[in-house]
Amino acid sequence: MVKRPPLHIMGPSLLVVAAMLVPLVYLVLRAFQADPATVLELVFRERNFWLLVNTLALTASVLVLTTLIALPLAWILTRTRIAHKRLLTVLGVVPLAVPGYVMAYALLGLGGHYGVTAQLFGWQLPRIDGYTGAVLGLSLYTFPYLFLNLRSALLGLDANLEESARGMGYSEFAIFRRIVLTQLTPSLMAGWLVIGLYTLGDFGVVALMRYEVFSYAIFNQYSGAFDRIYAAWLSLMLLAIALALVMSESLILRRRRLASVGRGVDRHPRPHELGRWRIPAYVFLGVVFTVSIGLPVMILAYWLLMAPPDPQFFLEVPVAFARSAGAAMPAAVLAAAMALPIAYYSTRYPSPLASMVERSAYIGYSIPPLTLALALVFFALQTATFLYQTLALLILGWTLATVALALGPIRSTLMQMRPSFEEAAHSLGHSPRSTFVHVVFPHLRKSLFASLALVFLFCMKELPITFLLAPTGYTTLAVTVFSRTSEGMMAEAAPFAAAIILFSGLSVALILNREGDRA
Amino acid sequence: MLEETSILSMNQNADNTGQRPPMGPLLSISGLSKQYPRTQARAVNNVSFNLYSGEILALLGPSGCGKTTTLRMLAGFETPDTGSIRLKDRDITVLPPQKRHIGMVFQDYALFPHMTLAENVTFAMQHVPRNQRYDRALEWLNLVGLKELADRFPEELSGGQQQRVALVRTLAAEPELVLLDEPFSNLDAGLRERTRKEMRRLFKETGTSVVLVTHDQAEAMTMADRIGVMKEGDLLQLGPPQQVYREPANAFVAEFLGHTNLLEAQANGESAETPLGRVDINAPAEGRVTLSLRPEDLALERADNSDSATVVDREFRGHDYFYVLQRGEQRYCAIVPNHEPLEVGERVQLKAHQQASVLPDGQHPGH
Repeated sequence: MVKRPPLHIMGPSLLVVAAMLVPLVYLVLRAFQADPATVLELVFRERNFWLLVNTLALTASVLVLTTLIALPLAWILTRTRIAHKRLLTVLGVVPLAVPGYVMAYALLGLGGHYGVTAQLFGWQLPRIDGYTGAVLGLSLYTFPYLFLNLRSALLGLDANLEESARGMGYSEFAIFRRIVLTQLTPSLMAGWLVIGLYTLGDFGVVALMRYEVFSYAIFNQYSGAFDRIYAAWLSLMLLAIALALVMSESLILRRRRLASVGRGVDRHPRPHELGRWRIPAYVFLGVVFTVSIGLPVMILAYWLLMAPPDPQFFLEVPVAFARSAGAAMPAAVLAAAMALPIAYYSTRYPSPLASMVERSAYIGYSIPPLTLALALVFFALQTATFLYQTLALLILGWTLATVALALGPIRSTLMQMRPSFEEAAHSLGHSPRSTFVHVVFPHLRKSLFASLALVFLFCMKELPITFLLAPTGYTTLAVTVFSRTSEGMMAEAAPFAAAIILFSGLSVALILNREGDRA
Repeated sequence: MLEETSILSMNQNADNTGQRPPMGPLLSISGLSKQYPRTQARAVNNVSFNLYSGEILALLGPSGCGKTTTLRMLAGFETPDTGSIRLKDRDITVLPPQKRHIGMVFQDYALFPHMTLAENVTFAMQHVPRNQRYDRALEWLNLVGLKELADRFPEELSGGQQQRVALVRTLAAEPELVLLDEPFSNLDAGLRERTRKEMRRLFKETGTSVVLVTHDQAEAMTMADRIGVMKEGDLLQLGPPQQVYREPANAFVAEFLGHTNLLEAQANGESAETPLGRVDINAPAEGRVTLSLRPEDLALERADNSDSATVVDREFRGHDYFYVLQRGEQRYCAIVPNHEPLEVGERVQLKAHQQASVLPDGQHPGH
């Protein structure tokens, strides 16, 4: 007999599943509202084909470029005797603090007739936009996800494997290709999945760079052409691509898991001397950090210090900040409150149903944000009309997108907690409620805070969901940066972009902190 | 296996199962069964026994024999498929753990790391008025000599100290029954023996009724008034340590409680014809039987004839020697108190100098 969870855990958990699924149902309903002929025409438009080609080209290019940055970076910072490893590792994560649309802002501000290079040095860099701009903008802030994955995998590799291969006379390159790289596959896949989903879901970069991919087209259909059925169909197509990505990852990883044998001993390999590779290594690090961190800092510094906007724009920052925080705070609380019963359900009452409930929490996180937002719009328009154009809808959207984010820390703490703690409390006469308050909660306090912070900081810089769901006139920090940049008002956007970077710097510190705990 | 002799002498006085109190059992289990999903066999199969007030009962068996599952069903962490558990006059079969008044000391102690020792103990005292809890906790800690450490956190303590705190925390809830799950497995050998004695003394002084689970026969024999031997979900035999050791129900019990020699024999009343000659048996029997003869009951005399056995291994164990002997296809073991040692290769005559036990369900021995 499997232990059945009590109602106060089961109920909220199933409610979260419903909250994840209902909007998607509405999206499908909306898509099929048109008559079959129209549907056929919409689905087989030639434009869709080009959107698909562009989307796939962008995703593939971003994956290649991020790998070219992250793999050498991770290898140098784990396997060589390079100095200042800690500092360089932090620098490798810092670009996460620069949201895509701010990176795009920096790239756009660099070239062109009115660009910073033209203003400062008198020579004009070609304007970086379109495909190139989108690939650069996305890669430069997403590569840390891959870097972090590869780094922890490299640190966890069993040194014996490499050393025995060395003993058999294989060259260093052959060892890297045949042993290290194959062992890194799971973490490469994990990093690629995160970056791939980001790229598919990204809206800020592609919109600012004016590169026609699905998410940009969805936005145009929704806001410009007002063809909502076509927007729904485009959303479904994008969702299908994202789904294919998730499924191919789990398919490949499932095959891999069969091949992996236990965990290696905790012995680290001897670091390599850089030797004649010293200079190229430093040049590589220099280029990566200059472009990913130096560029946005320099552009922002230019617009803030050398060509500052009117002071009144600085005064608008606290207002926009208050708007962002005012919605982010309840979203964080709500997401953590939703994550708690799910984490409890899946760790304390494991069953096929429990793992399905848990997986459903990731729906909101992995579906492209524009798709989620559009689904919620349809839901609000058709059924929950009282929600339409309210702050509550934005908070709901953010919450659905971040339950998985909040789930992470809570779940891992509950997993690590010894089950005997709760059993001991029960056998000492404490009710489940008292046990939760006195035994479970004290252990969860830290991870609950981490969950709240992760969600809060995510929402502070979130753009696409905000754009579609925020009530008219509710301009947050992110929306302000985006709309001003798209109108070429670089100086006026700068204070807001700086505020966002400061804030997301905190979230990076949080991630680094958790990484540090693991190392 | 070192303690076989000392165990017996120690428990002879302590055993009080002969004069059971006139009232009914404290705990009564009947027909308890449990099968986990996706497993072939039952983890616990139709187990029944009674526990009397103040008694210490050990469930003994190899890992996977169902002893821990039985304990967890008593505690309320698992629900039995069939059968019932009664504590005094209450049926507690499906009662949640917190309502059973049964305390449990966990293998990993389960001390709450965010509470001091005193807080851990007061956590168990919901029935005590709030303002008295701390003083009472100090009394409990004093009982195991840890009063001075009351405001420390568990992580600052040694394994043995942690275990004592876990024990008094359980006692502080004033349960009607205490369950111990492999209580000594996390202690090193020296500490283990001392702790066993202290714990038994504490339980006897406080009149605590205990069910403990262990895979260590020495632990079961030193701690318990009665031992229940389990195998593959079945309770094979239940009785005082001496009885289980002297009169095992079958070959498995005989071998699990220490070394033994299993002899195929033809019984004829008070004695039986065995490969070692005629041997007295503990109960009258007729026909083919299997006997268990403990190694300490086998005498060795230097002799070289067609009937002799060869010494193939010798182990010096301090107060005795442990011999392995070969005679034809059959191997025997013998324990001889300190004497002029025999060398490997020497020829000896084997002779039983005590009764052998007839295994009641030993018609078809395991080997």
